[in-house]
Amino acid sequence: MSHASRHAIDLSLYDRIVRRRIIIVLALIAGMVLAFVADLMTGPANLALGDVLSALIDRSEVPAQLGVVVWDIRLPCAVMALLVGAALALSGAEMQTVLNNPLASPFTLGVSSAAAFGAALAIVVGLGIPGVPSSWIVSGNAFLFALGSVLLLQMMARLRGTNVETLVLFGIALVFSFNALVAILQFIASQEALQQLVFWSMGSLTRATWEKDAVLAVVIAVVLPWSLASSWQLTALRLGEDRARSFGVNVTRLRFASLLRVSLLAATAVAFVGTIGFVGLVGPHIARLLIGEDHRFFLPTAALSGALIMSLASVASKLIVPGVLLPAGIITSMIGVPVFLALIFSGRGRG
Amino acid sequence: MSAASANRDELVVRGLSAGYRRRPVLEGLDLPALRPGQVLSLVGPNAAGKSTMLRALAGLMPARGSVRLGDRELIGLSLAEHAKLITYMPQTLPSGVGLSVYETVLSALKASPAGAENWDADTIRRKASDVLARLDIGHLAMETLDQLSGGQRQLVSLAQSLVREPRVLLLDEPTSALDLRHQQDVMRLVREITDEGAMMAIIVLHDLALAAQWSDMIAVLHGGRIAACGAPEEAITPEMLAKVYGVAARVERCSQGRLIVMVDGSVD
Repeated sequence: MSHASRHAIDLSLYDRIVRRRIIIVLALIAGMVLAFVADLMTGPANLALGDVLSALIDRSEVPAQLGVVVWDIRLPCAVMALLVGAALALSGAEMQTVLNNPLASPFTLGVSSAAAFGAALAIVVGLGIPGVPSSWIVSGNAFLFALGSVLLLQMMARLRGTNVETLVLFGIALVFSFNALVAILQFIASQEALQQLVFWSMGSLTRATWEKDAVLAVVIAVVLPWSLASSWQLTALRLGEDRARSFGVNVTRLRFASLLRVSLLAATAVAFVGTIGFVGLVGPHIARLLIGEDHRFFLPTAALSGALIMSLASVASKLIVPGVLLPAGIITSMIGVPVFLALIFSGRGRG
Repeated sequence: MSAASANRDELVVRGLSAGYRRRPVLEGLDLPALRPGQVLSLVGPNAAGKSTMLRALAGLMPARGSVRLGDRELIGLSLAEHAKLITYMPQTLPSGVGLSVYETVLSALKASPAGAENWDADTIRRKASDVLARLDIGHLAMETLDQLSGGQRQLVSLAQSLVREPRVLLLDEPTSALDLRHQQDVMRLVREITDEGAMMAIIVLHDLALAAQWSDMIAVLHGGRIAACGAPEEAITPEMLAKVYGVAARVERCSQGRLIVMVDGSVD
């Protein structure tokens, strides 16, 4: 490499790019904190910033009622919003990479539909997993079916000769199958069960409890470092499957592990809050537009973007119709689409 | 280089068979021994098995027979072990990926479970920047892939493969989407780096003149078998072109002594 010195590249440029990315990540975290606090302040009774902060700092110092509102009612939901957004966006990011498809997300590949079917079985027919306490039956069923649908995808992936295009088509087939099954259950459901089911499938953060928060937090805490450990392999996979394999990456194993992580994240999130579609698709795209596809940055940024969108959606769901709490699943798209479009158009302008 | 040491680093392919479950593509194929510093081109009509051969050599698909590099048998090695010795460069680098050129090259080392085991982060960074400078694309390092032209992207693809410092570089139609200038640039770089003596290259090409210009040896594949093999003037003959490609052609030397192929029509 005798010519190396002639046109040596300036690595300080790269350091600058990395610094810029870290600033973007910090800005996202700051935005997330602001949205989180706003989420705590809004509700049937709007709270002052000072009250919320003093209740957060020391519950015993504030009136009991304020403590209950902040700690027992709003915090579990606000935390759930962050966790669900992060989980869905992270699983969408991994799916888009390992399936090499920018339209892949837990929602578009049947995970949410499968969860809805599981929930419908519990709500309409009362069918649940034996031994699961009744308050967890809907979540338990949703989790089981969501996990099952990704495992079905997995089995397809391991069949010889199945390529990623086939997998995506199979995921779409799952969406339609489970939607049809849910429709059958809706058709035979009692009016009361139907209402409950429709409400479930709209996705709502109000089902959050501290226990559910803890479960999802543990899942994310386990999965995120596991994802990051594969980040270079995922980056290499973006440049083509044969290329990555020629670098020694066991793509089959990588895809299997990745879909396993996706199934844990998406199934847990959907089980607790119902169908929330858009964030799993758009979180990764926002991350891609902000910092590119070096997965060391891409994966955490996708998770942060998802958490931010979900938290903003939670705030908006309380503000749009005063006094009425709209289901967060509906609001996610209303918040996510303008953000997404703005990024796409501003990106075009720069490029 | 003594005969013994040359022998130690040779790539010898004997009785190579590969294919898909019910459709064998290559059957019992031999290649002449290839030494470090040499370039072998694989040519042949469409569906002759050229890409299959390359993928089989790279360990990307199951194969039978023997592929020896020095005293190591490569068939049966794991993908990770293959990756330490051989790098396969597919036809094109995907375009719509939000990665910088520099990160693209880094990922070739960082993704590998084996390739970079003894290299610390600084070494990897230096190797990545060296290879970009070597291919004269250092100024593109911070550009993202979707901003590059096809020719530039192919050089990045080459950089990504070379940074792994393979003993054997396999290139699948590296010039197929390029204009004349970039075809020459890519082939010249592969030739120069091979000439440095540490690496050998096997290149699938469609353009016979390009193959003749830059290779030490040409192997002509036809229906999964070797139809002709040897120095360019031995492999590319009117008889071979009639039999393998079904064309009536003349093979002559230009004023500078290079091989040129003139196709007059097809043979019935």
